[in-house]
Amino acid sequence: MASAHDLKDWLDFEKPIAEIDQKITEIEKLATTAPAALKPQEVLAEVGPLKNLRDKLIRKIFSELTPWDRVRLARHPRRPHATDYIEHAFTGFLELHGDRCYGDDQAISCGLAALGPRRVLVVAHRKGKTTKERVAANFGCAHPEGYRKALLKMRLAEKFGVPIVTLIDTQGAFPGIGAEERGQAGAIAKSIQEMATLRVPVVSVVIGEGGSGGALGIGVADKLLILEHAYYSVISPEGCAAILWKDAEKKGEAAKALRLTAPDLLELGVVDGVIEEPPGGAHRDPVGMAATLRTALLSQLDALSALPVVELLERRYAKYRAIGKFRWSAATAET
Amino acid sequence: MGWMRFRKKEMPEGLWTKCDVCEEMLFQKELLEARKVCKKCGHHFRMSVAERIDSLLDPESFREVAADLEAIDALGFVSKGVAYPKKLTDEQKKTGRRDAIVIGTGRIRGREIAFGAMEFEFLGGSMGVVVGHKVLLAAELALERNLPLLLVCASGGARMHEGALSLMQMAKACTALARLAQAGGLCVTLLADPTTGGVTASFATTADVVLAEPRALIGFAGPRVIEQTIKQKLPKDFQRAEFLQQKGQLDRIVPRAELVDTLDRIFTGLLGPVVTGAGPHLTGVPGANGHESGRPATATLAPSDARPPIAS
Ligand SMILES: [Zn+2]
Repeated sequence: MASAHDLKDWLDFEKPIAEIDQKITEIEKLATTAPAALKPQEVLAEVGPLKNLRDKLIRKIFSELTPWDRVRLARHPRRPHATDYIEHAFTGFLELHGDRCYGDDQAISCGLAALGPRRVLVVAHRKGKTTKERVAANFGCAHPEGYRKALLKMRLAEKFGVPIVTLIDTQGAFPGIGAEERGQAGAIAKSIQEMATLRVPVVSVVIGEGGSGGALGIGVADKLLILEHAYYSVISPEGCAAILWKDAEKKGEAAKALRLTAPDLLELGVVDGVIEEPPGGAHRDPVGMAATLRTALLSQLDALSALPVVELLERRYAKYRAIGKFRWSAATAET
Repeated sequence: MGWMRFRKKEMPEGLWTKCDVCEEMLFQKELLEARKVCKKCGHHFRMSVAERIDSLLDPESFREVAADLEAIDALGFVSKGVAYPKKLTDEQKKTGRRDAIVIGTGRIRGREIAFGAMEFEFLGGSMGVVVGHKVLLAAELALERNLPLLLVCASGGARMHEGALSLMQMAKACTALARLAQAGGLCVTLLADPTTGGVTASFATTADVVLAEPRALIGFAGPRVIEQTIKQKLPKDFQRAEFLQQKGQLDRIVPRAELVDTLDRIFTGLLGPVVTGAGPHLTGVPGANGHESGRPATATLAPSDARPPIAS
């Protein structure tokens, strides 16, 4: 992945890293030509220091990321999608289509799968990889039928005691005529409200973009996790900048003000945990990322599955009840 | 989900108000007596919480709870040099409210209810932690005291200044309403102009009965966002209450003159007539409050069912 020659997909701050990668690839190639231009030990001698340099550079660059940089990483053209995690972290995914009412929204996919030893239902945003897929999935922006499908499948899982994993990655629910006509707000609201009552463990992970209500529509969970470079926000930085700064170009300032990065969200108590990404981001090692994700999910599901249902629901209620501090005007802070 | 799509429509100072729709000059006192409905074209002006309480609840029946709840600036949010706390103080001065919702108990035709109404003039009725928490408190109050819950919504959506914490209030409010619903509690919402974004996509539309005021703008996304996304003009009347009712998204549009009567008929139709000294309507709520007497097994025709809507 890291060795692709095409530099156009890389973000500006990643370019120095990609250039070293490219050099490493070229040297390694020299060893595979016949007759070999370089001996294996010569390759090692040249590549070793380059790799050290690259890793040091990654550490430096990634320790200085701005919130807006992280938004761009979350939207990275090479960033793994839910479909990648479904392939590498889960096994035997069997998709279940349709809301049995209007259609089969390609922006949300649902299916039965195994996660290690556990049976689960996966509900995930789908952004699509190829242009054709992207258009079919409406770039990951779901319509009401997507949320209705998700809820229908979640109720199915609940009926048979199957825990639910949702993978969140959307700019937001689609703002369009059909979406409004068919009750976008109501569909999301119903999904949110009913997820609160599901009698099985629910773990949600923001894997890329956590775009407002469209993300929350499949995101009411016992445990909400987020990947290190994903973001979750009430509004896109561009949208916030356009409204509060009257200038969409102030998206960097808005991204900072919104406190939408994984560490910020952990500190604010919005997420329950942050899942570390491979050095340089999930896109540099999607398979490694999938393995980490699987471990994190299993450990959450193990803990949640041990709870009696009443306790599970009680804790879910208490968790949401406690999100967000306020004060009584006597100025005593309370949660 | 921004709240600033909706600009405050300043009323001209003095005794006369010009109707936003038909431009008729209306005598201020008469307009208030007509529940802020234009006598010429029927336009429903936006209402403050105080006006809602006056026009909806039995006189002197409202008791506010959690009035002292105040937002804190958890994010340290500053936009264009304006800090959120300053914004809050300004809005508090402007509206006399601590945040964008007021909750409590009151009575409608003698029936005690849990009640909440949103103050649109307070930061566009935006939902932050305080709004979310007070909807939760209203739902808990309804559950504990076996009261039907009425929420009057008017909001541009979630409050950006509180970031993802405001988004989470959608889940908080719905979690409490889910518990009320599972216990058999009745929730009715009235969507006033405008109700959009995170409020529409949470507690406004999950109610047992969803009502709206005539011509109210109701939607998930604001019209401008939709136009920018799909790059075409929206049809006339798109996202108006009449459009939503036609599309099957609402139970009923209720003109203000009929509102009290309609609510009374809904409460009576679902819960039975008001029994003096007993308000409980919840049944089978283990540990909710110890009331064992719930609603009667068979519904009896309430006197008010036969009552015609009040004309005014
Ligand atoms: Zn008029």
